Amino acid sequence: MLLFVEVVQSIFFLFALLLVVASLMTVLARNPVQSALSLVFAFFAASVLWILLEAEFLGLVLILVYVGAVMTLFLFVIMTLNIHASEEQRGFVTYFPYAVISVAVLLGMLIYAILSRFISSASITQGAGYNNTQALGDVLYTQYAYPFEIVGVLLLVAIVATIALSAREKRLNKAIPPKQQLLVHRENRLHIIKMQPEKKI
Amino acid sequence: MIPIHYYLILAAIVFSLGLLGLIINRKSVLISLMCIELLLLAVNINFITFSHYARDLTGQIFVFFILAVAAVEAAIGLAILIVLFRSRHSVEIDTLSQLKG
Repeated sequence: MLLFVEVVQSIFFLFALLLVVASLMTVLARNPVQSALSLVFAFFAASVLWILLEAEFLGLVLILVYVGAVMTLFLFVIMTLNIHASEEQRGFVTYFPYAVISVAVLLGMLIYAILSRFISSASITQGAGYNNTQALGDVLYTQYAYPFEIVGVLLLVAIVATIALSAREKRLNKAIPPKQQLLVHRENRLHIIKMQPEKKI
Repeated sequence: MIPIHYYLILAAIVFSLGLLGLIINRKSVLISLMCIELLLLAVNINFITFSHYARDLTGQIFVFFILAVAAVEAAIGLAILIVLFRSRHSVEIDTLSQLKG
């Protein structure tokens, strides 16, 4: 039992350290691609921590949705836009020390608040027959069914909005561009046909 | 096994790093979006921690919804970014001063 506790603790510290390092790399990396890959790494470490907290379903969803979809989208956009690997771009700003100091003060206050209120080592583990996915589904499809459907509509709106934003030409717009209008010659529109006058019957 | 404040301090550190990235980055909108993802990740770690230690599944439900909304936000943000790049040929925050804010 003691060995098990030590193994769990060392897993926690290893992945917590990885998470902090990957976050730091995301913030400080000069190349956007490097930044995105560090963020992927941070998501992996966070999902291990979530699984350690017995949130297995959300840990796997974090990998599937974030690493599989969102970060791939980020990388696609980075490579599509071909942002020049930021020569002289991402130099440190002039107010860098002040930013670090203020964020450090914030972090100190947060840690002080946490330590003054939430010290407990009471760890609860669920029983052996506990199924996180099933428990989550039981609540999600009954008590939270309405928010769940709203989220579905929200995703649909996001699809439509993304396509509408990034479509290259306006598809629903039937106005004729003035440039094409001015380029029209008389011959394009008007044909004069010679024909015999018809006889009166 | 693992005390609750370890998780909370870890989430606070990740949140601070994301905030730091948001402050010191004045160049690329992309990096700003990634830092927002980092902030959301820290918030989600807090939710899951409290959900575990309070034995209440509501926190995990909330994380589920946060993940969905964050995915929507990233998709629309990146679409706006592409439109911006098409019209401006850069994604630098400093150059986006048309509104003179």
